[in-house]
Amino acid sequence: MNILVLVKQVPDTETKIKIASDKKSIEKSDIKWVINPYDEFAIEQALKTKETLKTGTVTVVSMGPDRTVDALRTAIAMGADNACHIKADQELDTYLVSKALVEVIKKENAQLVFSGKQGIDDDQAATFGYVAELLGWPSASMVIKCEVSADKVAVHREVEGGTRFAIEMPLPAVVAVDKGINTPRYASLPGIMKAKKKEIKTYSLADLGLGSETPKTSVSDFALPPERQAGKKLSGDAATQVKELVKLLREEAKVI
Amino acid sequence: MSIFLIAEHKDGQLKRVSLELLGECIRQGTTPTCILMGSGNLEGAAQELGKYGASQVVLLENAQLAGFSNEAMANALHAYLSKQSPSGILMGASWLGKELLPRVAAKFQVGIASDCTEFKLGTPVTVRRPVFAGKCSKQVAFTGAPAVFSVRPNVLPVGEAKGSSPKIEKIAADVGSPKAKLTEVLASGQKKVDLTEADIIISGGRSLKSADNFKILFDCASVVGGAVGASRAAVDAGYAPHDIQVGQTGKTVSPKLYVACGISGAIQHLAGMRTSKVIVAINKDPEAPIFQKADYGLVGDLFEMVPLLTEELKKLKAHS
Repeated sequence: MNILVLVKQVPDTETKIKIASDKKSIEKSDIKWVINPYDEFAIEQALKTKETLKTGTVTVVSMGPDRTVDALRTAIAMGADNACHIKADQELDTYLVSKALVEVIKKENAQLVFSGKQGIDDDQAATFGYVAELLGWPSASMVIKCEVSADKVAVHREVEGGTRFAIEMPLPAVVAVDKGINTPRYASLPGIMKAKKKEIKTYSLADLGLGSETPKTSVSDFALPPERQAGKKLSGDAATQVKELVKLLREEAKVI
Repeated sequence: MSIFLIAEHKDGQLKRVSLELLGECIRQGTTPTCILMGSGNLEGAAQELGKYGASQVVLLENAQLAGFSNEAMANALHAYLSKQSPSGILMGASWLGKELLPRVAAKFQVGIASDCTEFKLGTPVTVRRPVFAGKCSKQVAFTGAPAVFSVRPNVLPVGEAKGSSPKIEKIAADVGSPKAKLTEVLASGQKKVDLTEADIIISGGRSLKSADNFKILFDCASVVGGAVGASRAAVDAGYAPHDIQVGQTGKTVSPKLYVACGISGAIQHLAGMRTSKVIVAINKDPEAPIFQKADYGLVGDLFEMVPLLTEELKKLKAHS
């Protein structure tokens, strides 16, 4: 089975966001780039699935500038067999990203696609669904349990309020995973050695037949929210502070 | 402008966010056509939409629309909407909205914006949406039609209830052939207040030291009908389940009151709770960064202070 994982490279969660001078993106210098945390669960689930089925290949695909290759090499070091890089220096919208990913999914003849439930940078949570619809495949998101057999995939998904659904999908299908589905493995030393030498397939949008396509949305006016100001620090022993807090919450903040 | 609002409901009970979006469209001078999907029992919700100003409600009916099939819903919506030349399609950013609209956008081969906090129905349609879990936000403009976007619940006010009976059109929906099958609705196991809907959240960090110790937070939350949250450090240490994690890789919450117990205040955590109305920090370390963001800071041992807080809240409840 050809398993494909959609991976995005994002700023580490500890990044303090600054806005670029044109306000059309964030300031990208001084950022530590990592694999989107939800995509790490997707990579792990793909590797586990291959191990359970005892057959198949795991291919990771990512879109972005040259630095994106680091994320792909990390995925190979974790155990992925192959990697594809769709080179794009500019950030593109969900429409164009999905179109490009679909072309690679077709080229790689994938039967099962994993991704994280959302990128922690743009928080759109839209790519997996867009891709699934373009392919005409079923999809499930927020997946916390996933069992794959030769022709179908059975998942549990957990939505708001703790409700859980069991869903069965015939392959090919798209599965978007949530935290809690597994614990991603660390890269092994042999894996790191392999990753350094591994040849990564590179595509441009033109290679994928999308050279003349343009995005369907444009972004502007990036803005930071107002900073919260530090308030009152209470003093006295524990009981005094707690009594004072309850009084303030009731009389000043009026929230209880 | 021809705007279509997908009104979400649960067993015929309208979700509040649908009225929030209806109200906002009307405030901007455009009464949207509302769409309800399901199988029977939609009349009540349609009348409710009318009361809040909808003049036209379309019922897309099919037994397969009663479940949560994103394929069936996207097929039904596209079959209907493709004949209407819509300029905008919007819905609440519930899990269903966030999952359904990308499929709808893909059908039309147009752009998509999820979880917006503002929208402007013009030419072009523009929206504002938080990114990086709210560390910043950006404006998105749609270059073609329809503009497809979901809007965050609890951001916009519900409009005035001064409407009347709407014109209701019933359509037997064409759901195509959805492939995913819902095999079972598994019980949630816990009847708890959902974190994203809670007015009060008592949240704990790694300083809680064990899963058992989280009990003091649950005790405190239950007195005020609140929910318990946790930092990533606490979840990764196995003290709390991942579905109560607050932060950039967990939930983004905006309660009236957020009490951070033994949470230092990492950037990724602050991103998930910074829009809380009032933030209280309880921490042993007077230099903890969380104090820079807290409205009220208590320096001390949480194992001493949280039970005291529980007692004080109990007293308060007893007197009110």
